[in-house]
Amino acid sequence: MVPHYPTKRSALVPTLLYAQDEVGYLSDEVIREIAGRLEVTELEVRNVISYYSMLTTKPRGRYNVQVCTNISCMIRGGEQILGHCAKQLGIQNKQTTSDGMFSLEEVECIGACSWAPAAQVNYDFHENLTPEKMDGILAAYRKKGTQ
Amino acid sequence: MADLVSHPDEVKIVSRRFGMGATNIDRYLELDGYKAVQKALTLEPDAIINEVKNSGLRGRGGAGFSTGMKWSFVPKQAAKPKYVLCNGDESEPGTCKDRLIFEHDPHSVIEGVVIAGLSVGANNGYIYIRGEYRYLSNIMQKAIKDAYAKGFLGKNIFGSGRDFDVYWHGGAGAYEVGEESALMESLEGKRGIPRIRPPFPAVVGLWGGPTIINNAETLANVPHIILGGADWYAKLGTPKNGGTRLFCLSGNIARPGVYELPMGYNLKKMIYEVGGGIPQGRKLKAVVPGGSSCPCLTADEIDVAMDFDSVQKAGSMLGSGGVVIVDDAQCIVKFALRTMKFYQHESCGWCIPCREGTDWLKKTLTRFHAGGGLKKDIDNMQYLSENMLGRTFCPLGDAAAMPTIAFVKKFRKEFEDHLEGRPCPFEEKGAIQELPVFAH
Repeated sequence: MVPHYPTKRSALVPTLLYAQDEVGYLSDEVIREIAGRLEVTELEVRNVISYYSMLTTKPRGRYNVQVCTNISCMIRGGEQILGHCAKQLGIQNKQTTSDGMFSLEEVECIGACSWAPAAQVNYDFHENLTPEKMDGILAAYRKKGTQ
Repeated sequence: MADLVSHPDEVKIVSRRFGMGATNIDRYLELDGYKAVQKALTLEPDAIINEVKNSGLRGRGGAGFSTGMKWSFVPKQAAKPKYVLCNGDESEPGTCKDRLIFEHDPHSVIEGVVIAGLSVGANNGYIYIRGEYRYLSNIMQKAIKDAYAKGFLGKNIFGSGRDFDVYWHGGAGAYEVGEESALMESLEGKRGIPRIRPPFPAVVGLWGGPTIINNAETLANVPHIILGGADWYAKLGTPKNGGTRLFCLSGNIARPGVYELPMGYNLKKMIYEVGGGIPQGRKLKAVVPGGSSCPCLTADEIDVAMDFDSVQKAGSMLGSGGVVIVDDAQCIVKFALRTMKFYQHESCGWCIPCREGTDWLKKTLTRFHAGGGLKKDIDNMQYLSENMLGRTFCPLGDAAAMPTIAFVKKFRKEFEDHLEGRPCPFEEKGAIQELPVFAH
């Protein structure tokens, strides 16, 4: 992506996200590597990471369940979906299951307001959710993850 | 991915190609694709700007500024390269329209970017898509690649002698980046912190060069204006509010979805006819007409034409087109709290009135909703919000303050019902939280 911009640094945000998708999180090693390639200091890279809510320096579950509870989803039961996921997975917001399969996150508007309540598992959208539908979705990911 | 809806009152311009397979470039060409760019290549730059000006197209991101006017601010001569930046960082709660454009008609955005570039003499365009929309970034990357392969982008586009490059760019989760100056910071690989203006981006923007920044829906309208003409487009809407708008109906509504309706469509009709009204026999309590930053309208205030000027006259904003419908089973204090929780989370912390104001308001509303509200909190919330207005670099502070003022003013009784440890009338009372009281 670097040749697309007049400055190398401009590729930083998408590069971090793609690196995170590969490795699982932004480890010290990844940060060092990216800082070197884009010719910025590690401190500057960390400064940028701390700003964006999708970027993390801590490992997460293989499937990150992100439930929206913002206004449109809240009205249609987003909080119940979040509570249901917490109960089913046995973890709270921003925690990871002990087998490393799932982590849970309460997120802000993901742009699925007309199809609320909604959640994203990694990058996949799941919409018009009910607790039963969510059970099916979690079971499908669990099956996929154990294969 | 997302379900499409339709209604007989819809006028499909931007959504014309939705569900028709137009992500495929050959299919897009069959559906009048890339004709507008070819026409624009035969026009003088000023003629393009005038056409867009006369069409009455106004920014679909929320501010509603005249698009043609914005383009005309770009200086003809510039020492640094000029850029076009498409804002696809859609994150205003209640808004899910750009997602459909990217999903169903990505080439129309590319066309809009190229035409905008031709009008101001830019040779590079960037399409910024929020990080959560990964599948849309993939669709856009393929669309750009296909356009290069056909010679519609790159060197000597359509054999015109003009060069134009379009790149995609991805975010990584930040509402604030939807603001134009923060968007540029993010694209430059930094934290999305707003820049002070002037200078405006049209003069000093990306990497110091003059930059046009438009919302994805705005740019997707441009090819239709070039092909259909300014008069045709202007007449679809109301005076000074040309065209149509993608309205995202969500919340307590029977048929939620994204509907393309003419500018100036009546809000009451939109809720009760297009959206099918309020389900479960409940009554309408409030409507947020244009995304969470717009002051709410009460059930008595919804007989309003949905164009920028009329909604403003009614005391709110048309905003980003996110129409959130709230019925009488919802607690306004809780709704206000959830809205503020969002702004407190998304405030970048650069400007103190926004950083501290959103935090205080969130704390106060949390305590209030839990039953620990004091009578003076109600006035304090209004006072605090009013003192955030206009005191920040970017409008995030205003976006947090404006709805809060409206909630407090219009639903004061509901706030009073929460006082003196009385349980929230809408749900089981939580434990009273001991949070600090704002000492005013």
